[in-house]
Amino acid sequence: MGRRRGKVFLKYLAINIIVWTIAILWTLPFIGVAMVSVKPFKEVVINGWWTLTGHYTLKNFIDAWSNPIYGVGRGYTNSFIIAIPSTIIPLFIAALAAYVFSRFSFPLKTWLFITLLVIMSMPQQMSVVPLFFMLDRMGLYDQLSGLILVHSAWGLAWITFFLKNFFDTLPKEVEEAARVDGAGDFHIFFRLVLPMSLPAIASVSAIQFTWVWSDFFYALVFLASPEKYVVTLQVANMRGQYFVDWGLLSAGAIFTMLVPLLVYALLQKYYVRGMVGWTIKG
Amino acid sequence: MFRGLWRRSGKKRRGRSKKAIIITFLLPELILLITFVLTPIVGTFVISFQTENGYGPDNYYKVITETSPDKALVLPKNIESLRPPPWGALIHNIVWVLIHLPLVVFLGLALAYLLHEVKGSSIVKTIIFLGMVIPMIVGGLLIRFMYDGTLGVVPLLFKTLGINSLAKTWTNYPQTALISLILGSVWLWTGFSLTVYSAAFESLPKSYIEAAKIDGASGLQIFFKIVIPLLKHATIVVVVMTMLWDLKIFDIVYVSTLGGPGGSSNVMALVMYLYFARALDYGRSAATAVILALITLIPGAWFIKQVMKSGKEKR
Repeated sequence: MGRRRGKVFLKYLAINIIVWTIAILWTLPFIGVAMVSVKPFKEVVINGWWTLTGHYTLKNFIDAWSNPIYGVGRGYTNSFIIAIPSTIIPLFIAALAAYVFSRFSFPLKTWLFITLLVIMSMPQQMSVVPLFFMLDRMGLYDQLSGLILVHSAWGLAWITFFLKNFFDTLPKEVEEAARVDGAGDFHIFFRLVLPMSLPAIASVSAIQFTWVWSDFFYALVFLASPEKYVVTLQVANMRGQYFVDWGLLSAGAIFTMLVPLLVYALLQKYYVRGMVGWTIKG
Repeated sequence: MFRGLWRRSGKKRRGRSKKAIIITFLLPELILLITFVLTPIVGTFVISFQTENGYGPDNYYKVITETSPDKALVLPKNIESLRPPPWGALIHNIVWVLIHLPLVVFLGLALAYLLHEVKGSSIVKTIIFLGMVIPMIVGGLLIRFMYDGTLGVVPLLFKTLGINSLAKTWTNYPQTALISLILGSVWLWTGFSLTVYSAAFESLPKSYIEAAKIDGASGLQIFFKIVIPLLKHATIVVVVMTMLWDLKIFDIVYVSTLGGPGGSSNVMALVMYLYFARALDYGRSAATAVILALITLIPGAWFIKQVMKSGKEKR
């Protein structure tokens, strides 16, 4: 018996060592970037970032934030101006549509639903050329508002799908009782269904916000003037073609990922559920 | 005032008001979708067939037979008759799927299975999930950083092992650029499959496994005979989503190599962008986008089929 227990313990130990080694390897890029960002780049080149000795400095962060050409500070405001409405608008509009998809039957319902699924698998590239001309004609090219509209519209499909699945799981008895009491659909939707859906709303907000914040492609294509650049564009421009100042770039990268990481830290449960929740039944 | 509106919709008016509700609730979504999503998708099709003299498939022909390494999809002309890559952006995307997908499925499944015996498993899960949270553009920078000749961990490892041919900036050489990005994308995306699989493990019926253990089944037998078949649904999700992600890959490549050197790490989405923004050739740009969209429809159609099937089971 003792030997068997010893064997079980060895296996347990081995599994723990393997998995934790993988986990530590996984953090190395983050640790490396964090170390490089707080040290003078010249020292890092000579001694490597893995030594704890040497000088520490915040110069990289100050420069990465406020440099007039490539500073990410300016991009921050633009990113917030775009990401906040691009989360609220599609959330509200998609919630209305998802409720109808969940509770009513109507002509073409299946086809509309399949259209949503097709949109979800479409690459962004499939919309860019005509959108570019369209936004230009509407006076929305190189405008933050143009980008908000595009992000809102392209967020609708997955949010509708996600919320429809959530609404399907809500108990219908409450709604029926309210209906018997004479409550109308607006009342039921705003006073009963939406308050019960707060967890799903938190999931959608966390993910849509970080996706829009993280978007690079649409910003690259639809923004032209540097004062409108979002943070992802700024950090990409920080990287020189032939020489890479990793001190500066590391600080810029940290600024850029800080906001999504904060959202994840604060809403972790909802974030993960939003990412994988709809994939698992029940 | 609105209160009055709600009260009026009693049972008798249900029929008419139901129609009104459906239309009011759907209208904003339909307007936005038609204007900014569906019209542009159709528009891309139309533009892809536009040529100087009317409509035709010229753009597709030119895009597919293009040989310059930074735009070629399948037929790159290799400079100095080097061994490829570049193999062409479309082939690179396929290679990406062929290497990335099995690694991500295996790593996610193995970690999820081992994690219930690991102390601090939720911390491990959080760490590995970080790649899903950070912007892909930062992910691309971090990948580039890992392979950097002076700072990166990967070249350092090969230097200490004495393999000097790999102790250099991987992303700067055509032989290693593509594979370094693919492996880096494993680092970014494993969090997805790990999370899907561990959610699936949590919903597995424990009684099956207990019963098998009592009957004397070994750990491996339990894993292959019981666990894997029960994870079919999760696997479909991981495979489909990973394929879609691989085919749409853009940010990582843009920021770390811009498809280079010499087109050796080019991908479809980047070719589409280069036609659009550098060559200002909208027809070929649209044609590339359509080819990419058609390919993504392969995993996409599978995904749609699964969703519609599970929807029917519920009813």
